[in-house]
Order: sequence, then C-alpha cells, then structure tokens
Amino acid sequence: MEYSAKVMDHFENPRNVGSLNADSDRVGTGTVGSLMCGDVMKLQIEVDDDGTIVDAKFKTFGCGSAIASSSLATERIIGRTVEQAEALKNTELAEELELPPVKVHCSVLAEEAIKAAVKDWRAKHGLDDGQAPVKHVCPAEGICEHCPRTEAEG
Amino acid sequence: MAVELPVYMDHNATTPIDPRVLEAMLPFLTSAFGNAASRSHSFGWEAEAAVAEAREKVAELIGAEPKDLVMTSGATESNNLAIKGVAEMYRDRGNHIITGLTEHKSVIDPCKWLARQGCEVTWLSPDTYGRVSAEQVDEAITDKTILISLMAANNEIGTLHPVGAIGKVAKARGVFFHCDATQAVGKVPVDVNAMGIDLLSLSAHKLYGPKGSGVLYARRRDPRVRLACQIHGGGHERGMRSGTPNVPGIVGLGAAAEICRAEMPDEAKRVAALRDRLQAGIMEQLDFVTLNGHPTERLDNTANLAFEYVEGEALMMKMETVAVSSGSACTSASLEPSTVLQAIGVSPELASSSLRFSLGRATTAEEVDYVVSCIVKAVNALRDMSPLYELAMERAEK
Repeated sequence: MEYSAKVMDHFENPRNVGSLNADSDRVGTGTVGSLMCGDVMKLQIEVDDDGTIVDAKFKTFGCGSAIASSSLATERIIGRTVEQAEALKNTELAEELELPPVKVHCSVLAEEAIKAAVKDWRAKHGLDDGQAPVKHVCPAEGICEHCPRTEAEG
Repeated sequence: MAVELPVYMDHNATTPIDPRVLEAMLPFLTSAFGNAASRSHSFGWEAEAAVAEAREKVAELIGAEPKDLVMTSGATESNNLAIKGVAEMYRDRGNHIITGLTEHKSVIDPCKWLARQGCEVTWLSPDTYGRVSAEQVDEAITDKTILISLMAANNEIGTLHPVGAIGKVAKARGVFFHCDATQAVGKVPVDVNAMGIDLLSLSAHKLYGPKGSGVLYARRRDPRVRLACQIHGGGHERGMRSGTPNVPGIVGLGAAAEICRAEMPDEAKRVAALRDRLQAGIMEQLDFVTLNGHPTERLDNTANLAFEYVEGEALMMKMETVAVSSGSACTSASLEPSTVLQAIGVSPELASSSLRFSLGRATTAEEVDYVVSCIVKAVNALRDMSPLYELAMERAEK
C-alpha cells in the first residue's frame, strides 16, 4: 500500500529515536506490543519535578506505520504534563498520519506505550495511577492482535 | 553500467513479458483476432492453428502430449479444476486427499472447501527446510485416498520437493498425483512421465508470459485421469473447460515455454551465481541473518532471508528502490505472518523479519551489488531504532 506523506516523513526522519536511562527516577519506560502482529514499541519519558515531560525517546520494531506512530507520539508529549500525555488518543495520531484502517492498530500501540511509560514513572514515585487496566476497544474493526482471535474461514 | 531503478527482485510474484513473447502475441491482439472455435472460416482456422502450436510447445516443456493439456486462466484455476475435478469424479472411490501445509493458497483453499463438504484432508507437515518426504506420503495413504497434491517448488522459500520419489509412491499405491509446478516450470526440468505426475498446474506469468493464461496437464494414459468439469458452456478443451480460448494468452504461453526450454540450462546457472552473490554479499556484511528453506534443494533464483531484530515491511519501505516481498504480518491483510514460514518452524518474529528475493532473466551483477548495499544500509538503520536489537546487544555484553 502507498503511505501518506506524513508517515513517510516520520519514517524517513524519525523524531526522538534513542534511549533514556531506565534506572533514573525521572524516567518512565513503557514497552508494549505483540510479536504476532509484528510490532514492539519501547517509549520512554523524562519527567521534571512539576510533572512535565521534558524529553521522550522511542525504539520500535514494526512497520512504517508503527515507527511513524511512535515517532509522532514522542513529538506530541514533549512539553506536556503526564496527565495530558495519558489523555492522548490514538485517533489523533491515526488522523494526523492518515493511517488506513488496517494500520490503525499501530496508533493504538503508541497510545498504550505512552500510558505504560507514565505508569512506570508513577510507580517509581509511589503514585497510584488510579486507573483500571486499559480495556481493549479495537479501532481496527476487530482485526488487530489485541482482539480475541477467531479461526479465519478458508 | 547504471542500475535502472527501481530494481525488481520479485520474480516469483510475477515476471515481465519477454519482448519475444510480446512479439508472438501482437498479431493475435490486432489483425488475427478470430475465435479459435470458429470452424467455418479462415479467421477461426488461423487462431486454431496458433493455439495448437502453442499447446505443442508447452507440452514439450513438461514432457507431455499436447492432447493432455487443458488451457485455463492460470494455475489457480488449474489447481481448482484438478482438486475439485478429481474429488467430484472419484467420490465413489473415496474422499481422502493428501496435501501439505506449505502449498499455495490456490491448493489449500480448495482442499479446505472440500473438507467442509465432507472430504477428509491430511495436511502433511514439512521438515524445517520445507520438504515433505515420499515416506510421509506413503504412510498417509489409505484405501480411501483419491488424490495427492504437492507442489514442485515453494513460492516463498524456493524449496524443491522430491517430486520423482512422491510420484513413484503414488503410482505404486494407485493414487493420482497432482503437482502444482507453477514456480518450477521454466526454472528446473519437469517431466511428467519421468516424475510420475498425473496432473500438473502452471501459469504463463511466472515464465515471462502474460497473466491470465495457464495450463492443467491431465494424464490420459497409465493411468487415465478424468475430471468433473467445473466450467460448463460449449464443451471446449474436450469438455473439460469451456470458454472461448484466450488466443493471445495461449500464444504467449507457448512462446514463453519455448524460450524457457531453450534457455533454461544456461539461465539456471547464471541466476544461481547471482543469487549466491546476493546472499553471500548480505551475509558477509550483516550479522544475525538466516536463510529460510533448503540451502541447496531450492530454486536457483530464490533467497528467503530473515534479518533479525528488524521488521520486513519497514525494511522494504527503507529500500524504496528495490522490489521484493516479505513474510511479515504487517504486509498481509490478515495480520498473520507467513504461514509457510510458520509451518517450517520459523518463529512469528523471525517470519516478520523475512524478505524474499527472487531474481530473474534481466537481473544483473550490478543490480545485485546495488541491492546488497541497500539492504545493509537499511538493516543497520532499522536496528539502530529497534528495541529488540538493543535488548540483544545488552544481553550479549553481560
């Protein structure tokens, strides 16, 4: 399939590729994904004393849409508070990147990576995130890896 | 010599029409437009003669009699006709079919469909190279078995099946042997008599011919295979497959077959050397690269390689100027990684990291060297971005 110019831009020039020190108190690390659909995302945030994200880095094993989604995600959360970052919806990423339906699950993974990073940071500071585990609601019309599997008819 | 971009290395998907094939086809797309079934005038006779000549050329390529060939729209149709045609015709003899997990979808799906109609299907498991053995086939045969369907060469990994040995078992046990030879014909010698093949499928567009044209070979002697017709309407192809013959397509197929037959021995050597050059070039410059499939018992033009820690679709995107295909889940509509790779025991992750390179008639050494440099660059760039590579390197340091 042909990708949107936005996806190609983030793929060719990914923003914020790299790693932060996972042992640091200021850093939250979220690694999410499943090898079944081919995507693994590691997203890290560095948070200052006011709860503002001052830096973010990512590494992704996945297709162009997955790399673009995680790259855009880091761009979106730098300068925001952790609460604002947690509120980022995958649909914002998917729309910005013009992801086709079959690739929307990549943006879901990016959203979950952010939440996982925030959760990790909170845990380091003894903060209860007060959230129930995220229940999966599939934006990709029931065909992504997170959905319950049914046997496909031949 | 400058390399023309993009470079095409996906010949197992399809091949360009050879200029000589196009030349043979053109009259039948322009002035010689007759219907080969028009018995009463020269337009028809001209078309009929061209079809007869093409039939002979294809027959020669596979060691068959021209009368044994049924012209179809391609191997998918041929596979459907072979499998459903035998199942229907011989249902009083039995309802058991033996096939393999690495077969093409156009064999797997008809078998699944027949299973839903009440047939018994045995799915033989390949070894880690993708081979099913003649012994496995022998063990699976029962008194209800009416068909064995196993391919000659696998489209994804290129692995060659022991077709002659399987044919021997089939003959000894009195079971029809259908061979989907789509990837093999024109690349390696195929002889239906020497190999004990009773039914064989092939497509023109894999041998530098046009799309939409293929053949089902159906043996008429020792033993005779009868098929229940699947497409009715006029009784063409001796009642086995109706429809106005695709004269340009058939002529193209004939021309393509003739060229393959003449050039195969030299071309096989040439392309094997290029494929080996590609594989060696890549493996010299990159670590954590593994071959999927058999190292020697495979098509000369195919290399299916897994590049650990990077994902296949991203890899292809990073090399926009090179056309290959991938076993990655991300490239399939079902989001499942290649079933062939999984069937031979490759993990889903490694399957998603795999690319298939399939070289062809126009591939040059310059193109190979260009592709090697593209791959090396792309893999290194993506490994720098990969959390899995980072993890593996950290573990190695400890």
